[in-house]
Parts: sequence; C-alpha cells; structure tokens
Amino acid sequence: MKPIIKVENLSKSYDLSRIINTSETLRDSLVEFIRSPFAKLRTRSSPVDTLWALKNVSLNVMPGEVVGIIGRNGAGKSTLLKILSRVTEPTAGRVELYGRVGSLLEVGTGFHPELTGRENIFLNSVILGMSHKDIKNKFDEIVAFAEIERFIDTPVKRYSSGMYVRLAFAVAAHLNPEILIVDEVLAVGDLAFQNKCLGKMEDASLTGRTVLFVSHNLPAVTRLCSRAILLDSGSLVRDGATADVVSSYLEGTVSSGPSREWQDLKLAPGGEELRLVSVNVTKEDGTRISSVSVGSPLLLKLKYFVGVPELKFRCAVIFNTQGTCAFVSVEPSETLRTGPATYSSVVRIPANLLAEGEYTIGISIFSSRGSKQHYVRLQNVVAFHLFDPLTGDSARGDYAERINGVVSPRLEWQSYSEGPFSVTEIQDHDALSDRAFGGTP
Amino acid sequence: MIAPKLEGLPIELDLPHQSGLTLPSKPVVVIEPRNSWAAINLRDLWTYRELFYFLIWRDVKVRYKQTVIGIIWVVLQPLLMTLIFTIFMTRLARVPSGGLPYALLVFAGLLPWTFFSTAVAGSGASLVTNAQLITKVYFPRMIIPGAAIGGRLLDFAVGLIMLLVMMIYYGVRPTGSLLLLPPLIVLITLFSWGFGMWMSAVNVKYRDTGIILPVLIQLWMFVSPVAYPVSLIPEQWRWLYFLNPLAGIIEGFRAAVLGLQINWPALAYAALFAVVLFFYSAYAFRRMEKTFADII
Repeated sequence: MKPIIKVENLSKSYDLSRIINTSETLRDSLVEFIRSPFAKLRTRSSPVDTLWALKNVSLNVMPGEVVGIIGRNGAGKSTLLKILSRVTEPTAGRVELYGRVGSLLEVGTGFHPELTGRENIFLNSVILGMSHKDIKNKFDEIVAFAEIERFIDTPVKRYSSGMYVRLAFAVAAHLNPEILIVDEVLAVGDLAFQNKCLGKMEDASLTGRTVLFVSHNLPAVTRLCSRAILLDSGSLVRDGATADVVSSYLEGTVSSGPSREWQDLKLAPGGEELRLVSVNVTKEDGTRISSVSVGSPLLLKLKYFVGVPELKFRCAVIFNTQGTCAFVSVEPSETLRTGPATYSSVVRIPANLLAEGEYTIGISIFSSRGSKQHYVRLQNVVAFHLFDPLTGDSARGDYAERINGVVSPRLEWQSYSEGPFSVTEIQDHDALSDRAFGGTP
Repeated sequence: MIAPKLEGLPIELDLPHQSGLTLPSKPVVVIEPRNSWAAINLRDLWTYRELFYFLIWRDVKVRYKQTVIGIIWVVLQPLLMTLIFTIFMTRLARVPSGGLPYALLVFAGLLPWTFFSTAVAGSGASLVTNAQLITKVYFPRMIIPGAAIGGRLLDFAVGLIMLLVMMIYYGVRPTGSLLLLPPLIVLITLFSWGFGMWMSAVNVKYRDTGIILPVLIQLWMFVSPVAYPVSLIPEQWRWLYFLNPLAGIIEGFRAAVLGLQINWPALAYAALFAVVLFFYSAYAFRRMEKTFADII
C-alpha cells in the first residue's frame, strides 16, 4: 500500500543569533548596516549559530495509522508538526501529503473572546479548514458534544475555562480531514471530557483517518497509537510498535531500566563480604516492566551474595523522583546471614502510594551495630516509570489535572453535613473526628 | 473509560477500513523549501476565500461589540469629524471652499481619507495581532492584511450612502464624473492594500513600524487635501504636492462627487504608483512570509 504521508530527509534549522537577539529593532539593524554594510553577506554561511531542530527525518505513514510522536522537550516534535501543518517551512527535504490535513496545534485557535459561542464555532471551523456548509450540518452535533447548549449565544469571554476548552475541542473533534495532526491538546479539561476526546480520536482512526499525535502523556499515546516514533535532538531514533518505543524512550530518559544484573560477580558492586547480584522492579506476578500503572503494587527485589561465613546487616532502598528523595525504606532489623550463599530481600510497594513520574532507586546494604559499615551504597541502580491510566480509581479520583507531590496515596475521605451553623460544635475537634471515623468517645 | 483496545496492536495488522481507501495518485500538498521568487499562489487564495470573508466579518463584528449604538458609529464618526473640521476651518482658519458647501467638501475628502488611514493602520498591525493564528494554522498569510482592508471597505460603503444623503441635502446635482467613483474606490483600495500589506510584514520583524505608522498617518493627512482643497497650494508647488499619490486620489474623489475639474495626470500617476506599490509589496510579503511563524 502507498503511504499517505511521505517525509524525506526533512530538516529545519534556526539561526540562533536571530532567535536569541529577540530585541532586534530597526535601529539595531540600521546601525549594524552602517557599521559594516556587508557583514550580513559574510556571516550568512557561518554554521556556528545554527540550531538543527530537525535533521534528516524520513518517515512513511500508511493511511489509517495512528502514530504517536514522543521525545523530550526540544527534540523536534512540535517543529515536525509545524512543518507538516505548513505553519513553518523546512530548510531542506520534502514532504508529500496524499490527503487534506487538519491540524490542531492548540485548542481554540482564533477564538475571539468578544464573540459568542455560536459565532466562534463558525469562525474557528473556517480557520481549521472546514467549509461553511460542513459546519452548518455539524453545528448541533458540535454544540451537543461541548455540552454548552444553554450558553451558545453568550460571548465566550464569560465562559468558564472548562466550557471554553470543551467548545474549542468540540469544534476540532468534528474536523473531517484525511490526515489529522494533533499536538498536546488533551492536557485540558476534566477526566470525563478527556476520555470523550480520546474516544473521538479513536473513532477518527477507526473510520480510516490518519492521525499524528504528539503528547507527553505517555499513557494517552499508548492507549491511542499503534505505532510511535521517538525523536531525539531533531533526529528520528526509533520507529516501531508503541509499547517498544515508549519503553526505549523511558530507558533513555532515566538512567537505566527496571532491572540490573551483574554477570561477573567480581565486578559487581560491594566487597569481599557482600556483593550485589541483581536488582529488579517487577509486578506482583514477577513480570518486569519499565512503565507501570500507579494502581498496581510493585516488588523490588535485591539479590546479593554473602562471601563470608556470617554477616549481620540490613538493606535499605531509596526512592528518588523529581530530583528529591520520595522516601527511604529499611529492613526492620539487622539479620544474621551465613555464607557463602546467595540471598534475596524483597520489598513490596503497595498500589496507589507513589505519584506519577519517573523514579530511580538507590540501594544501601549496611550494618549500624558497633561501627557503622556500608557493604553496598549505590545511587540510580534501577529506574521505572509510573503513570496514571486515568481509570478514576487512583488517588486523583476523577480529577484529571496535574497534582503535585512525590507520593499520591489513596486516602479515605468523608464529608457530611454538620447541620445548621454552630460555633461550639466546630470547636469540638474530638467530636468531629469521632463522628467521621467511627471512634468511641 | 475507553478500553485500551489499541494497546499493543501489531502495526502490520490490516484494519478493515484500510482496504476501501484509495489515495490520489498525486500528492495533495507538497512541502518544500521555497525560494523567494515564488509567485502569489492564486489557487491557494481562492481555496481560502471563506476564511477571508470570515476574518472580515469578525473584524466588523468585534469592532462594534459591546457598544451601545453599534454600527451607527460608522456614520457618526465621519460626521463628527466633518463637524469639527467645518467649525475650525471656516470659523478659525477661514479656508476658502470655492463657493461649495464646506461640509460637503470636507466630507468628500474625509471619506476616502478615513478609509485609507483606518485600513492601513489596521492592516499594518494585523499580522502581529493575529500572531496566534499564524503560529498555529496554515492559510495564505496575505489574507490577514487583506481582511483588515476588507472590513474597512464596509465602513466606506456606509459612508458613501451618507455622502449621497448629504449631496441631496445640499442640492448638489451629480454629474457624469460621478461614474469615476468606482474606479477611484478600486484605486484607493489597491493603494491601501499594497501599503498595509507591506507594513504588516515589516512590522512582524521590526515592531518599530507599529509605533511610527500612526504618526506617519497623522502627518500624511496634512499633506493630503483632506481638510482643504488643492487650490490652497500655490501653483508652482503643485507638482511637488501631487507626488503624494493620495493627493491625486482624494482630489479625484472630491472632483467626482462635486463635479469639479479632474486632474488626470495626477490620477494617472497615483494609479501607476498604486499598482507598482502593490506588486512590490506582494513580492516583499512573499519573501518575508516564510519566517513569520518563527520570528513573530
């Protein structure tokens, strides 16, 4: 079959001297010109200040494919989408598109706050490339999707941000091009609406539309895309099934993967008394995985070799995330272990304790009786990624926006009516907690 | 919750919908680096004509939103200006009107001038005020300064009706030279468009333009026959005066309305100027257009 999108050796460079010098004014360039009229001609070919946002990217996309584009900030994802949607021009290379393109680089492009919802639907749809006739046919559907029937003739400046986003996405979701280009637009709205949007995009792909989807939301990419490409500093580094590409991205971002094994015991961390053999993060059933839902419990298994007849020590694991220590867990007591033999210590991390994000784990094996001695002390041994699949049963409930914190435990919440306002009752803290959690006075 | 049914789908899997899809043999769109001599893509402009109408519609709609008397301002604004000019010029400066009603003389000059000044100011700033659109969606960029002109044409049309009402009121009998109005309107539109489009592109890179442009427009009014007739200019300096193409156009407009003598050489010069300016600025615009999204 023929590809619907054909990208050949696409490159885009930015002249850094121009970008950095954003305060460039007419006066500056006049002064510059007077000082050295030919300087511009001379420096034009200098490659020193050139940033290659994209470098020789080639890619074929088949009709009906849903391709996720992932990579770190500045990897070139948005540049690629901008070129494909013709917002900016490539420096070199060629793209052939065998279908109409609808691009959605932002939700609500061209919305005008003074115009009503109805007026904005028409304006926005035309901007996104729909014809007036199409919009008329789909108008009711769009309004219903956005759930704003009552406010359709209110200027959007009076909308809540939720309504605004819903309306904007509703318009975009009803675009009907053969190729849909979407950039990070799902990071808005509440959970129910996000799922509705994802559903709409899924429909799009099932009706044969080709979708290119950029997101930092790896769960969304995994859910939506059958294929993913990974960009790094402007180059395409991986292209394949989403699960593979996502995990190779994660392994690249964090220092290492979820398991580490030292084949040669003599080179393993530690000393004569004790050496580390392997460290693994797995699910409870033992499957290794680098990216796992916050809702599944994890096992962290340390395997080590005791080389002396007897050694008393304990293990500790340090969980780091977002550049800080999330927590440290230590074995409750120092245990005597006899050697030479191999042992394992396993610690279970309950479900719904840690927040979403990348975690790296440090290991410490030590004894503190008598003189303190470390047998193993290692940072960044293994790493894994936790994501929230947004099923509504994690600590966030049905709240879909960003939540701060390194842990995100699922705690018990109760709310109840205290009856009519009364000062004495509010001051009575004991009574309050008793009533809430069923204690006896 | 949507089931993760796509998760782990092998990419080779032949989805049923794929079989029924036929692709055009030629690409719909080819994206390549362009050289600066690329011609204006008329077909592209035609495809996006609906966007052009909608941007005009938005400009007009937004301008009079949340105003009490709305569209009446279109009429009231030049009338108030006419009133002020009439009072100042006849009572204080005692500018001769050659026997014609001064109010009509001023209005016939103010009308094209108001169009020109608002259209150029609006379209000069248009790319920058629509930066959000430019960085997020594709369409021929020329539509933006063009739409800013188009919105003002509507005001112009309302003003023309006002002018007819005034002519009837003052009992000025229209002559055959009134037929010159449509070509004059085309001419001033072309001139405003050319100038506005050029300014808008320069403004993307040098915001100084946006600051100096209103000042320039203010000055321009004094060297154009808006508040006074050309007869006020000494004969030996007329050639210099008419180097300003607007002088020829506005004077032509007034002559057509009031049935005065038409200065053909000045008009021909203005027409040539407008056409050359338009093509130059279209070329300059196309050349600068490539970098709009990157530097705006």
